Amino acid sequence: MIRYILRRLLWVVFLLFAVSLITFIIFYLLPSADPAALRAGRQPSPSLVETIRQQLGLDQPWYVQYGRYMKNLIFHFDFGFSYQNGVPVRQLIFSRLPASISLAAGAAVLWLVVGISVGIIAAIRPRTKLDRASMGLALVGISAPVYWLGLVALYLFSADIGLFPILPGANSYVPLSEDPFAWFTSLIMPWFVLAISFAAFYSRLLRGNLTEVLSEDYIRTARAKGLSERRVVFRHGLRSAITPIVTIFGLDLGILLGGAILTETVFNIPGIGRLSYSSIVRSDLPVIQGTVLLGAFFIVFANLIVDIVYAYLDPRVRYE
Amino acid sequence: MSALLSVRDLVVNFETEDGVVHAVEGISYDVEAGKTLGIVGESGSGKTVGTLTIMGLTRANNTKISGQALFDGSDLLSASEQQMRAIRGDQISMIFQDPLSSLHPFFTIGAQLIEAIQAHRSVSKAAARDRAAELLTMVGLSDASDRLSQYPHEFSGGMRQRVMIAMALSNDPRLLIADEPTTALDVTVQAQILELIADLQRLSGTAMIIITHDLGVVAEVADQIAVMYAGRIVEQAPVAELFANPQHPYTRGLLASIPRLDRDRSSGLEPIAGRPPSLVAPPTGCAFHPRCARAFGRCSAELPPLEPAAPASAHLVACLLDPAARSRPA
Repeated sequence: MIRYILRRLLWVVFLLFAVSLITFIIFYLLPSADPAALRAGRQPSPSLVETIRQQLGLDQPWYVQYGRYMKNLIFHFDFGFSYQNGVPVRQLIFSRLPASISLAAGAAVLWLVVGISVGIIAAIRPRTKLDRASMGLALVGISAPVYWLGLVALYLFSADIGLFPILPGANSYVPLSEDPFAWFTSLIMPWFVLAISFAAFYSRLLRGNLTEVLSEDYIRTARAKGLSERRVVFRHGLRSAITPIVTIFGLDLGILLGGAILTETVFNIPGIGRLSYSSIVRSDLPVIQGTVLLGAFFIVFANLIVDIVYAYLDPRVRYE
Repeated sequence: MSALLSVRDLVVNFETEDGVVHAVEGISYDVEAGKTLGIVGESGSGKTVGTLTIMGLTRANNTKISGQALFDGSDLLSASEQQMRAIRGDQISMIFQDPLSSLHPFFTIGAQLIEAIQAHRSVSKAAARDRAAELLTMVGLSDASDRLSQYPHEFSGGMRQRVMIAMALSNDPRLLIADEPTTALDVTVQAQILELIADLQRLSGTAMIIITHDLGVVAEVADQIAVMYAGRIVEQAPVAELFANPQHPYTRGLLASIPRLDRDRSSGLEPIAGRPPSLVAPPTGCAFHPRCARAFGRCSAELPPLEPAAPASAHLVACLLDPAARSRPA
């Protein structure tokens, strides 16, 4: 097991290398705006643009730039500076990370609780009105785009433009360290909006899994032992049905920690998602590179955690 | 003497999208304390559904159940779910066909045995664990206390079935239902498991219903045999009588399709022609008549009653043929 984890960690390092190289190559191969011209402002003199180009090292071939970037990253954990405003990328990312974590973690709790309970209720009452209604609603939830849901939520409930102005609207995010209560209320709407499609998907997935598991022979054995129906469903049924949910949850959370671009944009939350979006718009390569690497790190790391957890959940799985 | 289990006119229908499935169409039998009833029939004859219903395991909105199943004088079919839960795994327990899929893959053998014990006995976990180890030794598994912490996938098929038997016997049931206990096992293991079941039954004095499609299995362990076809019992007799003097054409067909060492190889096996009947739209009259070489006019119109083969005989048969004509070759 230890050897397996070490091998996987090596693989993580290799993947991050590959991701950084590909990001660099895409940036230089595909047409993009000239970062130096963007930095120089409106109607700059050609010599100013040239000076900036030299200062940023953009006059060098891309592989020289890549080599220098990787050297700083590996030896100094230095992600470089934003082309746009000269702020260190590391500082940018660390200042944006708490907002993204707050958003992702809160939404994750919400969608797990809602998705799992709705899935169980639908599975133990198959083909009833309750089952059909909740699964139909879940289908709507999966289909509704998050930016649309976000706008509808703002239109309905936000303090400034809402029909029922009961919750702080867009642009109201406050860090947890400053004011926990304001942090909580400002995130209620984004949490729900982000969680809806996940909760819907998880409930449908769990309903399917659990329905299937409850028709397994070993569930019949559990009933034949004289166990209570509650114990049959929760201990024997859920134990099997939840395993695929754990896998997906790890991956979903990993992806969201790298930034929920749409939700952060709709609610104007200063997280990683909005940072990466604005850096792409401004051809700000070091920031793009930083956010992409962060996102890739969360995803491959979540994958590793999921695989390790899986070996504990399913005794038939053994890695060597 | 009154029977331990007395089933009367048991009917089980399932309402499905394809129509009503007539799984069990009015069966009656008795199981005496300490004795073994063998129920024989092909897939879809209702042999498993009937016993699962007695256990209260087929109850659902789309299931229609009628009749009686008196266990020790009280009716299991009208008992509450709460009462059934107290009986299942304690008074009546069950061994299933496929021991791999019948054990939970994520729990250790020990956890599953301890759970079965603690479901009906308020004993400490340590005491239940000791009992579980004792049970495993009883069913012939060595190193019982080490085995408790192993998972089902670490066991062979025969060992898994031994675990299922240990689980079924954990609370000294008065009735054991074994549903095709050897079907999913290697041929070499089948005899061992059958012998184990028979030995343990003798030791504990529990009554047993053994369900199988294999007449060879019941010949070894059963006292009485009931042959089922399309949800009905078509013939019922003490084991020796049934093998010596089969009456129903279906029973005779089953016996003729068993390979025998004492018969000339050139005589070959005689399969029963045709396919098992639909349970949604069963044939009129005797359900076996479309496959019966000896069917005549009345067979497709009249449902034969289950009657003594000879006056006052314990051998019951449901066939319209003249008794003298049944044993003549067709």
